Amino acid sequence: MQATASAATPEAVRPPRHHYLNVDYGLRSWLLTTDHKRIGILYLLSITFFFAVGGIYATLIRLELLTPQGDLVSSDTYNRLFTMHGVMMIFFFLVPSIPAVLGNFLIPLMIGAKDVAFPKLNLASWYMYMIGAGLTMYSLLHGGVDTGWTFYTPFSSSYSNSFVAATALGIFVNGFSSIFTGLNFLVTIHRMRAPGMTWFRLPLFIWSHYATSLIMVLGTPVLAITLVLLFLERVFQIGFFDPALGGDPVLFQHFFWFYSHPAVYIMILPSLGVISEIVAAFARKPIFGYKFVALASMGIAILGFLVWGHHLFLSSQSAYAALVFSVLTMLIAVPSAIKVFNWMATLYRGSIEYSTPMFYALGFIGLFTIGGLTGLMLGTLGIDVHVHDTYFVVAHFHYIMVGGALMGYLGGLHYWWPKITGRLYSGFWSHLSALLVFLGFNLTFFPQFILGYLGMPRRYHVYPPEFQVLHVLSTAGASILAVGYLLPMVYFIWSLKYGDYAGRNPWGAVGLEWQATSPPALHNFEEIPVVDFEPYQYKGAPVAQRLPYRIAKYGA
Amino acid sequence: MSEHEHHSLWKPYGQVLVALLVLTVVTVVAANFHFGTPWSDLVALFIALSKAALVVAFFMHVKGSTRLIKFAVWTGVIGIAIFFALTLSDYATRVITYVDAPRM
Ligand SMILES: [Cu+2]
Repeated sequence: MQATASAATPEAVRPPRHHYLNVDYGLRSWLLTTDHKRIGILYLLSITFFFAVGGIYATLIRLELLTPQGDLVSSDTYNRLFTMHGVMMIFFFLVPSIPAVLGNFLIPLMIGAKDVAFPKLNLASWYMYMIGAGLTMYSLLHGGVDTGWTFYTPFSSSYSNSFVAATALGIFVNGFSSIFTGLNFLVTIHRMRAPGMTWFRLPLFIWSHYATSLIMVLGTPVLAITLVLLFLERVFQIGFFDPALGGDPVLFQHFFWFYSHPAVYIMILPSLGVISEIVAAFARKPIFGYKFVALASMGIAILGFLVWGHHLFLSSQSAYAALVFSVLTMLIAVPSAIKVFNWMATLYRGSIEYSTPMFYALGFIGLFTIGGLTGLMLGTLGIDVHVHDTYFVVAHFHYIMVGGALMGYLGGLHYWWPKITGRLYSGFWSHLSALLVFLGFNLTFFPQFILGYLGMPRRYHVYPPEFQVLHVLSTAGASILAVGYLLPMVYFIWSLKYGDYAGRNPWGAVGLEWQATSPPALHNFEEIPVVDFEPYQYKGAPVAQRLPYRIAKYGA
Repeated sequence: MSEHEHHSLWKPYGQVLVALLVLTVVTVVAANFHFGTPWSDLVALFIALSKAALVVAFFMHVKGSTRLIKFAVWTGVIGIAIFFALTLSDYATRVITYVDAPRM
């Protein structure tokens, strides 16, 4: 399929003699690094590990659900399985995924800076992440938590006999890694832009990370407060949420969702930025309605703080508050739809190249739309009464978090892998994996919409036999999905040694990061670039004219 | 920092400290009066917010900082205000039930 890097490689695509990977060697040079690119790699390795841990829990859940009886694990174990799956995937994979890996690596490169504003704080964020993950792994290895990732009181504070306090502490510490990352990005984007890089010349990836950082900085402290209150009630019996101690259990839900709804946008907004980059690059057109797409990110971040009560429709929340939250939830569809329509308009009459990142981006657009529209159904009071806490909700948020956030992460990883490592991966195997992920995902989660609509509640492992067909389909899909996730690990690692040299700009994309060498030098650019051009100036030139080298290797 | 600036900085610090101590006394005194719900809570919150504003403005040097810094501080204040306001939209309207509501 493709030859290994050979002497025939054109001079232009050879990697530079000095770059951030070979500037220094050894464990010490990695663990004490303040280079934003190396910190991105540290995050890449650690979140991949915790994704695998969360994936093992998902596997066990799907295996248990193959049969209507609870025959593989006990009810108590099952509670721990879905809790640890949620905790690992949300706090230790999805929240840091794109910002901490791709954001760390790319934000300075995209705005023409040498590094982030606070490099040491950046390293500290990774250590906070690792300490938080370590505490959570400690509780996991001692049996885990059985409260669900939402830690609802008073069960979590007064009754559960699992490791709630250690896990809460782990998530509390991990929150600081989020805050540090968000703060760093905000200051970097404000203060470190290259000459000429005005706000409306910023790539949309930067705009979406600016919006994400805002949520990280404003929302995460409330999660920290919530966990401290939970900790105090559980360990010292100080009454905040338990009625028996004089507290109010619904207050916990207000606290928790004030962070956790915006946290959904921490997970999805960076993906929206990735998709904007990929769609423009492979449609070879300027993004349609740049300013609207940029400001829609800000709109989503702000509106995202006003809708949390839609998680409390059936928690004895006031009916009038529910009405307000329902209306506000509908509003957030507007900026989300602006993005989807603008991507479609960008694709229209574009010179579309079906590269692997584009496969992921096109898959994303479809799955995100399904996830978003079912979110509107759930935000409607009458429908939510029917499907609340069923598999309909499970399917909805997996369409957003896996079909959306994770597809965006994988698309971004495929798009910038040549920049990060200087190597190209296999075209055939990566296209295959993108297809497997898309098909496996839909087979896993579409049946869950039907299950939920028919009344299958979430968080139960024993169910009526008539639901078995749909559960078997779902488990079969999860197996395909697993293969789709394992393949990239193989060909990415393979590419490090055998992949062709990428050269500075293998996709023929615009954007400052493609002007740097692949892999980039220690301080990114030979000299600080001056920006005298508008973003996304793709001229619609046929692929073959722009990419003679890559076409010779792969074909269009 | 020069000797002169040192001098001029200490005076407002002292004044703010005195103001904070006075407000602490007011907090204690106010706690002994029963204004009735929700006024007791509102009075206590108002005094606490005044103290916080003094700390932010003078001890944290936000007074006299750039517009960007002030903007960042106000963003935080508005964030907390949203949290309180929308949470209260639940608690404050729970007593109104469908039965009490005027019929159309
Ligand atoms: Cu929500």
